[in-house]
Amino acid sequence: MTVPPSPPTTPSSPASHLPPDHPAHAWTDERVEHGVGNLLRIGVLLAAAVTLVGGTLYLLQSAWTTHSYRVFQGVTDGLNSISGILRGVGIFDSRAIIQLGIVLLIATPVARVALSLLGFFRQRDRTYMVITTIVLIILLLGLSGKIRTH
Amino acid sequence: MTALTITSLIAIGSFAAGLLGALTGLGGGIIIVPLLTLVFHVDIRYAIGASLVSVIATSSGAAAAYVKQGFTNIRIGMLLEVATTCGAIAGALIAAHIPTGAIAVIFGLVLLYSAYRSFKRQEDHLPADQGDRWAQRLRLNSTFPTPTGKQAYAVENVPAGFVMMIGAGILSGLLGIGSGVLKVLAMDQAMRLPFKVSTTTSNFMIGVTAAASAGVYLHAGYIEPTIAFPVMLGVLSGALLGAHFLASANTKRLRQLFATVIVVLAVEMLYKGATGGL
Repeated sequence: MTVPPSPPTTPSSPASHLPPDHPAHAWTDERVEHGVGNLLRIGVLLAAAVTLVGGTLYLLQSAWTTHSYRVFQGVTDGLNSISGILRGVGIFDSRAIIQLGIVLLIATPVARVALSLLGFFRQRDRTYMVITTIVLIILLLGLSGKIRTH
Repeated sequence: MTALTITSLIAIGSFAAGLLGALTGLGGGIIIVPLLTLVFHVDIRYAIGASLVSVIATSSGAAAAYVKQGFTNIRIGMLLEVATTCGAIAGALIAAHIPTGAIAVIFGLVLLYSAYRSFKRQEDHLPADQGDRWAQRLRLNSTFPTPTGKQAYAVENVPAGFVMMIGAGILSGLLGIGSGVLKVLAMDQAMRLPFKVSTTTSNFMIGVTAAASAGVYLHAGYIEPTIAFPVMLGVLSGALLGAHFLASANTKRLRQLFATVIVVLAVEMLYKGATGGL
């Protein structure tokens, strides 16, 4: 997550003479939006890079094998949980590395919501802290695997 | 087909979908599931998982550019994400319990509706000046940049927009699409937001909505990495290239072409879904 630079503290800076709640220090909507934009870009690029590494490794190892995706079996072998994916990455399993990239991608909007929560917290906006916390809880529930389809 | 062949073909198809989706503004996600199921004979559940992943990638990539332009209304987005994320998780749970043929039929209908919307002229309306009491209480009213300075707008029918967003979330989770068309409909038609605010805020919400159901799908085994990776990288690179050439493209012709493709895919999804072919 990108951390905005802390307010300047050097005596030469005019901002240091202002009270702590002055707008120059505040997390304005614009500033949060700027951080959100950077976070999204970094998250997507990182996820795409990891996925590309895993995908390339997969093709180098299994280019001439044949698969059929016609029948749904459901992804297993530890590739359907975050702990299993991390174990697979530890032994350089190519499919687990792809899956790690995908988990990073899914985590990017979650981190975006967390950053917004921090922004509303700094603005002391109680209403939107509650709203954003609800969204964050729903997202984390989805990612946790606690919501089961069977 | 070998893994190399099928991966390359899926990547090329996804690239084309991402490129056309960005150039026409309709999003490439909507044709990924038909492409994978009808052309590559992938089971619809794997197709939905891969499509959802590509939707998060393109939405987040585009939102990174949009939020800095100042059209996105983060408060409206966050409030409505309560509705879309709840809907998305419900949609993923519904998908696991209804026959795949029914999913294909619903998909076909959504495709037809999207094609119909893309033929309709987009008319911007004058911004509302009052807004309803929810808009005032939740401080949703805001401004957006115009060439002549900041233009204020108010938000109407917040409860109706919220309910429509639950529906948009369910369809997103059920079908693995961004359902941007429905999100824009709720914000543009019901809440009377300026068009540019509706489209950018909708795009901003799509990634969060899709992330909610993607987590459920990951644990349900719907996300097959060897399908998801060519789809995600293909759609993302196509969408980035499309956004780059957006200014110089003849979008009207492209929209007609893309809408025609969507109608053909819709008919085939409806037919195969109804006859048990999917």
